[in-house]
Amino acid sequence: MATIYARGRTSMAGRLLGTFWKQSRTGAGIAVWAGILVVLAILVMAILAPWIAPFDPNVKVANPETPPGGSFPMGTDRSGQDVLSRIIWGARVPLSIVAVSTILSLVIGLPLGLFFWYKGGRADRLLVLVMDSVYAFPGLLLAITIAAVIGRGILNISVAIAVVYAPTYFRVIRNHVSSVKQQTYVEAATALGIPRGGIISRYILPNVSQNVPVIFSINAADAILTEAGLTFLGLGLPPGIPDWGFDISLNWQRFDYSWWATFYPGLFILILATALTFVGEGLNDILNPLLRKRAPPPAGGA
Amino acid sequence: MAGSTASLRAYVITRLLLMIPMLVILLTFTFLILRVAPGDPVSTIMGEHGDQTVINRVRDELGLNDPILVQYFTYLRDVFTGNMGTSILTSKPVFQEVSDRMPATLELTFASMIVASLMGIGLGVLAGTRRDRPADFGVRFFAAFAYNIPIFWLGLILKLVFAVNLGWFPVSGRFSPRLMPPPTVTGMYTIDSLLAGNLVDFADAVDHLILPSLTLGVVLAAFFARITRVNVIQMMNSDFVEAARARGIRRSSVFFRHALKNALVPVVTTMGLTFALLFSGAILTETIFSFEGMGRYVFLAISYRDYPAIQGAVVYYGIIMVVISLLIDIVNAFIDPRIRY
Repeated sequence: MATIYARGRTSMAGRLLGTFWKQSRTGAGIAVWAGILVVLAILVMAILAPWIAPFDPNVKVANPETPPGGSFPMGTDRSGQDVLSRIIWGARVPLSIVAVSTILSLVIGLPLGLFFWYKGGRADRLLVLVMDSVYAFPGLLLAITIAAVIGRGILNISVAIAVVYAPTYFRVIRNHVSSVKQQTYVEAATALGIPRGGIISRYILPNVSQNVPVIFSINAADAILTEAGLTFLGLGLPPGIPDWGFDISLNWQRFDYSWWATFYPGLFILILATALTFVGEGLNDILNPLLRKRAPPPAGGA
Repeated sequence: MAGSTASLRAYVITRLLLMIPMLVILLTFTFLILRVAPGDPVSTIMGEHGDQTVINRVRDELGLNDPILVQYFTYLRDVFTGNMGTSILTSKPVFQEVSDRMPATLELTFASMIVASLMGIGLGVLAGTRRDRPADFGVRFFAAFAYNIPIFWLGLILKLVFAVNLGWFPVSGRFSPRLMPPPTVTGMYTIDSLLAGNLVDFADAVDHLILPSLTLGVVLAAFFARITRVNVIQMMNSDFVEAARARGIRRSSVFFRHALKNALVPVVTTMGLTFALLFSGAILTETIFSFEGMGRYVFLAISYRDYPAIQGAVVYYGIIMVVISLLIDIVNAFIDPRIRY
């Protein structure tokens, strides 16, 4: 029995990896690689911020609203801080929030989707109803409410965003599980008397887990936008922390005069979110062409 | 045929009944978030150093000193009897305040839905019928970026270019101060001005609506363009379209009567949930364009911990979302006979 399991698993992983390499030069493959490169570049920029940022992001280094040029390629903002340095440092907050919140919602949504299906019956139906109610509610509004109540801080925003996106994992995983459940090999395993835990870990999880990177990166893109929306509304972060959305909220009233202080942070939000979408969509095309039809609409965000 | 009507009716009734638990869940969720979380609304309003006896009296009046379960059931009872309480911040009935502002948000959302559908379906069809040609790449490129634009940032750019620099549209607000708004019927200026037969007012209201609804609609248009494209491609390759072509039916007729009709089903299916996306985006769009709707109201209510106002707003949003998704599900059930309980 054990050998069969083992073979099943390696061939699964092997097949996925194989498809992925084979597809590397197709449109989807290029999209994934381009997306990964951009995300990595922004990640490196965030990590190296103390060494590559030309100025301290929280110090007045020139006259307020100095136009781009000279030693300030992106100009300075209303407080005379260097926009480029704030953008470099500002990558840290969205990246950490997105990492924490997507992992949190995965941790909430995946097991619920997996196990409650097995329980079936009322518990399952109630959970579907709860998740659907959360899912149908405007995501940003929910995130604002939670963020306002639990207070400022990177972890707090991550929790607020995780609550918004957990139902997406739950729905996709649960739907996928219920279709896998009807496959003959699962029925056969049940008939052979393999315990439920074994069926889940050996048959269902490997099958369902190929969806995870896809939802993960698409949700990450959405979470970037929700995070930016929250901080743009002035929620979530203590003052003094550079963040793209927060910087826009500090400068947008002067957009018609010093456009650069608002334009560049927004541009970076767009680039990061688009790169993450490229990764997600590309992976989706490669790993799971059939999923495309069932891909859910975004759960919220801006 | 009779059987199918009966099952449709059963579906609609089940769906209507399901509204109640969904609302209760939503209400419970809001209640829990607001009451269990730390922080006291009364001290927030009256300041840290407010008079303790006054604070206690206000808490008593609001029922905040009651046991949590009593508060919960009082809250549920009030909501179902249409009593949403009084705003702590403005001392006005929440129902009144929300009813005054919701039409603005609905007007903005519906206008954006129109923009998104026309633009999204149009682009999707364009791309889907010209697969792998320049038009297709153009649309896909646009969709990939437009879908990820931060709404508030797009709004600012559109405002700077078209309102501030070119002066084509008003910079902010819902209506010109020099005009008198039309008599209130629905609260939506465009519809009210048409009902009053006043075309000048109508033009002014539309003028104010164009940039905000474009801002809010573009993101969703990208989403619609993507689903439409994929579905058009799928339908154009399907057996029944091939069969229709083989029978010698005209190309345009095959496309519109067979392929497009079926390709749009998934678009309609997702519309219900995309309203949630629009409501979220409306909060940001209203901020940028000083469009006095629910978004601004909720934001202020949350900043000041105005519990009755937040609850009222969430209930209102919840009801609207549930009704919209109900309507769209029923439309779906009409279109697709496979959707039944």
